[in-house]
Amino acid sequence: MTLQANIPTGPLENKWENHKFDLKLVNPANKRKHRIIIVGTGLAGASSAATLAELGYNVLSFTMHDSPRRAHSIAAQGGINAAKNYQNDGDSVYRLFYDTIKGGDYRAREANVYRLAQISTNIIDQCAAQGVPFAREYGGTLSNRSFGGAQVSRTFYARGQTGQQLLLGAYSSMMRQVNTGRITLYPRREMLEVVVINGKARGIIVRNLVSGKMERYAADAVLLATGGYGNVFYLSTNAKGCNVTATWRAHRKGAYFANPCYTQIHPTCIPVSGSYQSKLTLMSESLRNDGRVWVPLQPGDIRSPDKIPEHQRDYYLERRYPSFGNLVPRDVASRAAKSVCDEGRGVGTTGRAVYLDFADAIDRDGENTIRQKYGNLFDMYREITDENPYQGPMRIYPAVHYTMGGLWVDYNLMSNLPGLFALGEANFSDHGANRLGASALMQGLADGYFVIPYTLGGYIASTSQEDVNTDHAEFQKAEQEAVDRLESLLSIKGRRTVDDFHRELGLTVWDYCGMSRSANGLDEAREKVRSIRSEFWDNVTVSGTPGEFNQVLERAGRVADFMEFAELMMCDARTREESCGGHFREEYQTNEGEALRDDENFAFVSAWGYNGVGNEPVLNKERLTFENVQLTQRSYK
Amino acid sequence: MFVQAFSFLVQKFHSLSDDLIPFHLYTKSNNILEENESCVPPELSKSLNKADTENESKEMAFTLKVWRQKGNDHAGEIATYEAKNVSPDMSFLEMLDVVNDSLELEAIDPIAFDSDCREGICGACSLVINGQPHGPGSGVTTCQLYMRSFEDNSTITIEPWRAKAFPLIKDLCVDRSAFDRIIQVGGYVSVNTGSAPDANSMLISQDSAEEAMDAAACIGCGACVASCKNASAMLFVGAKLKHLNILPQGQPERKQRTSSMIEAMQKEGFGNCTNEYECEAVCPKNISADHISFLNRDFIKSKIRDN
Repeated sequence: MTLQANIPTGPLENKWENHKFDLKLVNPANKRKHRIIIVGTGLAGASSAATLAELGYNVLSFTMHDSPRRAHSIAAQGGINAAKNYQNDGDSVYRLFYDTIKGGDYRAREANVYRLAQISTNIIDQCAAQGVPFAREYGGTLSNRSFGGAQVSRTFYARGQTGQQLLLGAYSSMMRQVNTGRITLYPRREMLEVVVINGKARGIIVRNLVSGKMERYAADAVLLATGGYGNVFYLSTNAKGCNVTATWRAHRKGAYFANPCYTQIHPTCIPVSGSYQSKLTLMSESLRNDGRVWVPLQPGDIRSPDKIPEHQRDYYLERRYPSFGNLVPRDVASRAAKSVCDEGRGVGTTGRAVYLDFADAIDRDGENTIRQKYGNLFDMYREITDENPYQGPMRIYPAVHYTMGGLWVDYNLMSNLPGLFALGEANFSDHGANRLGASALMQGLADGYFVIPYTLGGYIASTSQEDVNTDHAEFQKAEQEAVDRLESLLSIKGRRTVDDFHRELGLTVWDYCGMSRSANGLDEAREKVRSIRSEFWDNVTVSGTPGEFNQVLERAGRVADFMEFAELMMCDARTREESCGGHFREEYQTNEGEALRDDENFAFVSAWGYNGVGNEPVLNKERLTFENVQLTQRSYK
Repeated sequence: MFVQAFSFLVQKFHSLSDDLIPFHLYTKSNNILEENESCVPPELSKSLNKADTENESKEMAFTLKVWRQKGNDHAGEIATYEAKNVSPDMSFLEMLDVVNDSLELEAIDPIAFDSDCREGICGACSLVINGQPHGPGSGVTTCQLYMRSFEDNSTITIEPWRAKAFPLIKDLCVDRSAFDRIIQVGGYVSVNTGSAPDANSMLISQDSAEEAMDAAACIGCGACVASCKNASAMLFVGAKLKHLNILPQGQPERKQRTSSMIEAMQKEGFGNCTNEYECEAVCPKNISADHISFLNRDFIKSKIRDN
């Protein structure tokens, strides 16, 4: 099958405008006759539900949480980018577009990214009008900061809780539509299957997590806004419940999964303290502005940090990258931490951590200045580790925190399966191989507030839909598949817990498909994943019954899907024989150890087709063409 | 003004608040608290454990008394479990994960509890620990509580949020959708997507933005309700009203919002504030009870207009 990205023709800056005009409109009186299913209520899900309901569609909104407000968008700290140029510092739609394309290491679509930059300004207007309490200047105008190494101040923020405030804005707009009856809200429901009828996505099967009963819902289109797959690593900064099930189930029904090997690893997280650990906590990378990163010069030096004299310390980032020092980009800092720990020079009880030391900054600026700048982060560190970072160095280690890959979608955010759309982190489209700071919130809201209302209309208006109800044979079949899978998980009655398997899978993915990857490692890891998966289906224990509130069964189903997904991820990483953004292949690096892209052979999107568990997936390539930006290599020496 | 408005509300809600507390449940949990004499104040246990962390391999053990209940129409009871090999650096929920893992291997139904982000922002986790919502920590959620805050070999009692408006689902999980139903009648600014003016066309003083943000920081966990002897939701509702009612965007709907949300709050079966300040004390985001006075003031104002 050839991939139709459906990118409009014409100059970059006119594509979206022209496309909006070309898209057919749905008669306002007819909109309420169209049922739209939206799975997920994070930024993308809630904003699309609110907007489509405002337009008059009949929206069915599903969340696995007890309330839409709990979606993990809520945890985003830093901010949201927009090309407002309120600071008069040279920002523009084109500059945001350019920075995003370059930041993504030239593996994203120009047209999508340009649209994202254009829409970014409307998002801020919309959120401010909703009452989102953005930071303000004394004169009452919106405040901005520079974020993630950007040379302009284009990031809008609400303290360290920007994601929370934007999500509450989208949630409140959505709840307003629940009150009008245009949205029917289904909380504590987990999507287990997409129902495809005559080649189109026409419904879903969900499990009511309270009663355990299966439920069927039919619609004219299905929108997945179900987030990323970071929890394939078991430990990540994602919430415990984040999972790949909805997108993986859609993939198994024919939707292509694009670039699954692109994951983002954040360098300043609080390290793992023991095998019981359930998640990792991110600390703002602004800490690297004043903290110095070091490890002992000698492997196995277990003295406490204050006992290690200056000349026996290795400030490895300053040594290796004299001009950028501790401020090298996320991926570079993360890989460097891994390599010193691999050499046996890691610190802390696990040996998988490096020091982030503020002693010099405190000497220079005084403890009060440091407290003003980073007080909340220092408090958070102290709360979690019970150590005082004003008196000794922090310990940090990289952790997975965003996934750029996702379901393949065209310019309209529709997958190759007609009627199935993917929004926000669940799709692959805008960040390429690496996402810039403060761009995830922007993309989630752009998709939900300003893209899907137009493109979904285009699909509905130009597609003839036969009447479908949930008695259709395909609904019965899909429900039976979901029931059978749960029954088989419950029937194994083995001797290892779901979490135990998840931890083993996660560690394998982290070791072989994390910060750096190699052909041999990936081949080996793929075998390991297969054997873990086969043991899982032989030896997992899942208690209880399917017809009740059963959290173990919920987790078991998600881990079962991660087991299949992990193999695709490795397959993708193995096939991409170059290094780009978050994907670092050890065989492809410059003499200085930097990522080496291969634009001639790998400037494409890998869109994988499902071919049965354990079988080779089918690779479809969407070639990326760059008409507006020049491809260059990064250097931080 | 505050006193007047407040007594007005007390009268207004008095008949409601009587039947709000599930008394049999409260009696039960009070008994448990009396049993649990080994519980030490958080500051003391913190200092006790400071010494312990010198020894990195130190492991702790606890006796857990956990509320088990199959569903809202089943009777519940306290079950006792031993938590062994607990690291002081484990979070409270990680300790429960480990206990659950061992229960699963013994084919005992694991303890159901809600949690998600595990970094104190989603508002999902909701345990009453030793009689206190979110446990002994100050300004933290259950997921941000670490085992080093407890005395080694002590007994820890774990119960769900208790309120008529939060029906129990299973064990420690309750249904908090009443909060969503309060928001849906007015906890928003009615602005359709696409109709917003340029963001800088509306100037908002830094003070107002900060004040709104203080209130908007609420995570909707419901600890305020769980801590209140009247199961009042007035801190939750007050914080949302404060957030929107002091901003210029919120003015056109201010009165309607206030009366609708308060009406919905009553309909859901939440009680009335009687100035106990428990809500403020347990709030993981340190939301101030001043917002309740704000609610009272705005409620009166909305009524004056109506009459």
